[in-house]
Amino acid sequence: MAFTLSRPRSAPLTRTDRREMTVGLILVSPWLLGFILWTVYPLAASIYYSLTRYDLLTPPVFIGLGNYREVFTSVDVALVAKNTLWWVALSAPLGVVSAFLMASLLNTRIMGRSVFRAIFFFPSIVPAVVTAMVWQFLLNAQYGAINATLSALGLSTIPFLSSPTVVKPTLVLIHMWAQGSAMVIFLATLQDVPKSLYDAAMIDGANAFRRFWHVTVPMCSPVVLFNLVMGFIAGFQYFTMPWLLTQGGPNRATEFYALYLYRNAFLFLRMGKAAALAWLLFIVVVTFTVILFRTSGRWVYYSGEAD
Amino acid sequence: MNATAKASMGLKRRASDDRYWSRLGPVGWLFEVLKYALLLVLAVSYMLPFYWMFTSALKDDPQVFTVPPRWIPSPAHWNHFYDAWVSQDFNLYFVNTVVKYAVPVTIGAVVSCAIVAYGFARPRWPGRNLLFALCLATMMVPGQVTMVPLFITFRKLGWVGTYLPLIVPAFFGDAYFIFLLRQFFRTIPAELSDAARIDGASEWVILSRIILPLAKPALTVVALFRFMNAWNDYFGPLIYVNKKAQWPMALAIENMRGRLYEVGTKPLHYPYLMAVSAMAALPILIAFFFAQRTFIEGITLTGIKG
Repeated sequence: MAFTLSRPRSAPLTRTDRREMTVGLILVSPWLLGFILWTVYPLAASIYYSLTRYDLLTPPVFIGLGNYREVFTSVDVALVAKNTLWWVALSAPLGVVSAFLMASLLNTRIMGRSVFRAIFFFPSIVPAVVTAMVWQFLLNAQYGAINATLSALGLSTIPFLSSPTVVKPTLVLIHMWAQGSAMVIFLATLQDVPKSLYDAAMIDGANAFRRFWHVTVPMCSPVVLFNLVMGFIAGFQYFTMPWLLTQGGPNRATEFYALYLYRNAFLFLRMGKAAALAWLLFIVVVTFTVILFRTSGRWVYYSGEAD
Repeated sequence: MNATAKASMGLKRRASDDRYWSRLGPVGWLFEVLKYALLLVLAVSYMLPFYWMFTSALKDDPQVFTVPPRWIPSPAHWNHFYDAWVSQDFNLYFVNTVVKYAVPVTIGAVVSCAIVAYGFARPRWPGRNLLFALCLATMMVPGQVTMVPLFITFRKLGWVGTYLPLIVPAFFGDAYFIFLLRQFFRTIPAELSDAARIDGASEWVILSRIILPLAKPALTVVALFRFMNAWNDYFGPLIYVNKKAQWPMALAIENMRGRLYEVGTKPLHYPYLMAVSAMAALPILIAFFFAQRTFIEGITLTGIKG
């Protein structure tokens, strides 16, 4: 994506320019005002609050870098940071892989494609609360559908949500199950890949695997990047599922950054520390995104690009 | 397309299907079988949670707490859906979710995003692309960063405990929907708006008389997605809507689950919880059933590189 100003900055604005600019600015003014109110102001205020001790009940007290010092030396933060990095590193790529494979499967010659597409898509639009309630019961250690079946067969049950080592992979599985939107995006991309490329590869004697790896994958790489970035940004803010399913347990194995931040802000009323945590999260997310875009030139293929 | 053309196309397709099947060698057939087996296994496991939810809602306690699990409830207590709904004040929670939350934010999002997206899509003005890039960049800002100062502000305004902190920002546009609508507006031929402009129509007239009527499919997508986001939202109400009388469905369901673990609870909590969950998922299912195309096209519109 290239953004250019519509005229060289040095040229003075003509009267029509000014009139057009007024019209344009009036049209986008709701967003511009919202941007100042709901993004710029909170970002700036967040810096201020992060330098204070504030419990909502008494006025904020300026404490300098105290919150940051606490955050950087806290073992709790180290734990949640580790959990969150684990989550992001696994959930974002595996989410993309799941969506991509589902889309590839749907893009083959199959009967009832729209039915299968609907089935694979549906989990991603169900309310998170419903999903959480159902998975919690389905994965129940004794009477859940899976474990009750296993124990009826005389097999040992799986402590999906009650073992600190199993719970994270369980969350990843639930995450991979709800990849409908990414799958739909991939499917649309796959259907846009020119058939001529496959024909050419076929004539060159490429087998199905090589066609997939050398044609399908490069043609989809911009969308892989898009979904990966979205997955990373969402992964760093992962809250609802662990909060509803495990409350951060067992043994704090699913205590992710967003849960810790929420507890500090709204349960312990430590607004200053929460603001510091939030700013660090912001810096990490931006850094991650920039790195991803910068390095993407090496593996993302843009077919439309002339220069 | 006339009937004969349709018929001949049908024939042609069938002929190519026949060729496809007759050309399959033994390996090809094996792959076909494996493919459908895989699809079926995946489809069944994707639907398993929903099947379990629905059937558990129909069970009584002895059927819930049993090993091996009972896959088909018998007897099936269909009245659980009604009983569960009235066991809590779900009429109120439903009205709260729809009237106090989903409808206002949907109106706000459609109106504001349509105007802003038009400003970014059609009129040419200096600085437009720069501001649009800024708008897209806001999607990177994690909600947690703005959450603390906004909560403090809304608390000072006395809005905590109401839906205002969730409704008011919806009237200021949303980067994702602005992007979606802008993509769509740019597919409308520029000649239409240029002709109107030459006739002396203002941008406002062009937007309301020409662009918006043509953009109904995209506006439907925004309305549908925004309504659904509000219906599904848990985090927003969790922070701001803390009075029981104001709860949306999501918080009420979670509260119902919380009481499952209380000592000496009434029986039937699992079936009731599953019944209420099923009813919270039902509007989504209905919407999806009738508007599958809209869902798919809406998502596709944002996903293809802009």
